[in-house]
Amino acid sequence: MNLPIYLDYASTTPVDPVVAEKMMEFLTPAGQFGNPASRSHVFGWQAEAAVEDARQDVANLIGADPREIVWTSGATEANNLAIKGCAHFNQRKGKHIITSRIEHKAVLDTCRQLEREGFEVTYLDPDTSGLIQPAMVADAIREDTTVVSIMHVNNELGTLNDIAAIGKICREKKVFFHVDAAQSAGKTGINVEEMYVDMMSFSAHKIYGPKGIGALFVRRKPRVRIEAQMHGGGHERGMRSGTLPTHQIVGMGEAFKVGFKNLAAESARIEALRTRLWVGVSDMEEVHLNGSEDQHVPGIVNISFAFVEGESLIMALRDLAVSSGSACTSASLEPSYVLRALGLNDEMAHSSIRFSIGRFTSEKDIDTAIEKVRHAVSKLRELSPLWDMFKAGIDLNTVQWAAH
Amino acid sequence: MAYSEKVIDHYENPRNVGQLDETSKNVGTGMVGAPACGDVMRLQIRVNDEGIIEDAKFKTYGCGSAIASSSLLTEWVKGKHLDEAEQIKNTQIAEELALPPVKIHCSVLAEDAIKTAVRDVRAKQGR
Repeated sequence: MNLPIYLDYASTTPVDPVVAEKMMEFLTPAGQFGNPASRSHVFGWQAEAAVEDARQDVANLIGADPREIVWTSGATEANNLAIKGCAHFNQRKGKHIITSRIEHKAVLDTCRQLEREGFEVTYLDPDTSGLIQPAMVADAIREDTTVVSIMHVNNELGTLNDIAAIGKICREKKVFFHVDAAQSAGKTGINVEEMYVDMMSFSAHKIYGPKGIGALFVRRKPRVRIEAQMHGGGHERGMRSGTLPTHQIVGMGEAFKVGFKNLAAESARIEALRTRLWVGVSDMEEVHLNGSEDQHVPGIVNISFAFVEGESLIMALRDLAVSSGSACTSASLEPSYVLRALGLNDEMAHSSIRFSIGRFTSEKDIDTAIEKVRHAVSKLRELSPLWDMFKAGIDLNTVQWAAH
Repeated sequence: MAYSEKVIDHYENPRNVGQLDETSKNVGTGMVGAPACGDVMRLQIRVNDEGIIEDAKFKTYGCGSAIASSSLLTEWVKGKHLDEAEQIKNTQIAEELALPPVKIHCSVLAEDAIKTAVRDVRAKQGR
């Protein structure tokens, strides 16, 4: 077995070898290296055809028309383009935006920027399982609301929002609806028609494609208009200028094609692994699932191991590549804002681990992970004064701590 | 985060993990930090009649550096007089373990822990 075991697929995925092979055909002199915007020779025509095939593959996964797909450098840029572009274009109608507290930073920081520009933003609190309920959105919509941006799947928790229900509300109230689908594409079914989505952001590297490429779906009927954020040669129907990176785009297209083909089988297999992992650790004392038991994607499970500090747990689990809910590893001591938004106290947020499972995870990987987690948690609890106190029946909330 | 070899050694093989009888007159306890901050250290020392630390035990909830800082401290204070133990500075711990700047607070916590434990046993014994 190769150690460490990669269980951080929500952070990024390896490029599927099939995808990498295809990308290689678009780089070297022997390959189709042309600029897709070159109209005067065959090099350009070939590259353009490859880009359009990829556009079709991305559109297929989400039930869209290929003309509704705009290439970007990734989901971060797609989120910026959608939210700023749509808010700016419609600012005469109103300057109110709705999003949630547990969006990715690419959405939250974009909204912060709009606030600096004079827009008003409502940040919805999720329920305790990490879901944004459609009624919360309905209640927050005002006369001057122009954009609602809600993620499909939360990256830390794996919770799956009811996008169709939220989309229906937005359509009825004539508010543009943007969805960050970086974590859901290829993991759960998406249909932009049935979900009433106006704009949707994608990333290739979360679905076994390359880093540095993503896309934004921008609806044509009813038409959604956005202001470009990147100006230049008028590529992508003026919405996003810049020479198209053919090899990246081809990689994304191939990744989405493979993802679409394998969606059902892969989801079932990964869901079984997720269950295996949860069953394997949840019989220990004081182990809690963060997120939703029933509304989640297969690949992500977020668990708090009470009385064990997150960073030391990560250190004990160095044979596993996982993410911690504790941001202790950075300069700040702030625990995850997502876990805090669920109402978890700092200790529980510090004690949480996100395991994310993917295409190349085996049953044996999961079994090894279970064994290592059990060992690490028992070891660290042996070392933990908090565990002693818990075992002695002391309520830690009643203790006067000498905070530093 | 890259840890130094010494931090990893203390983390892998923590010295003097355990608990002393808190109610004993010869035992001083220093519990510092807060769960919300991500570190809680409990350091205990047992002293003889001459004020020499005969035994030291710790338990720590915290990152690898916090565990290593407290483990190292228990090694250092054993055999020392209370007066000497009080003089240990966080900078010595940080230097010994090669702690990066973001982990200096772990060594500060360890210094607080030994100072608190010494104060506790002094108060008990009225020295």
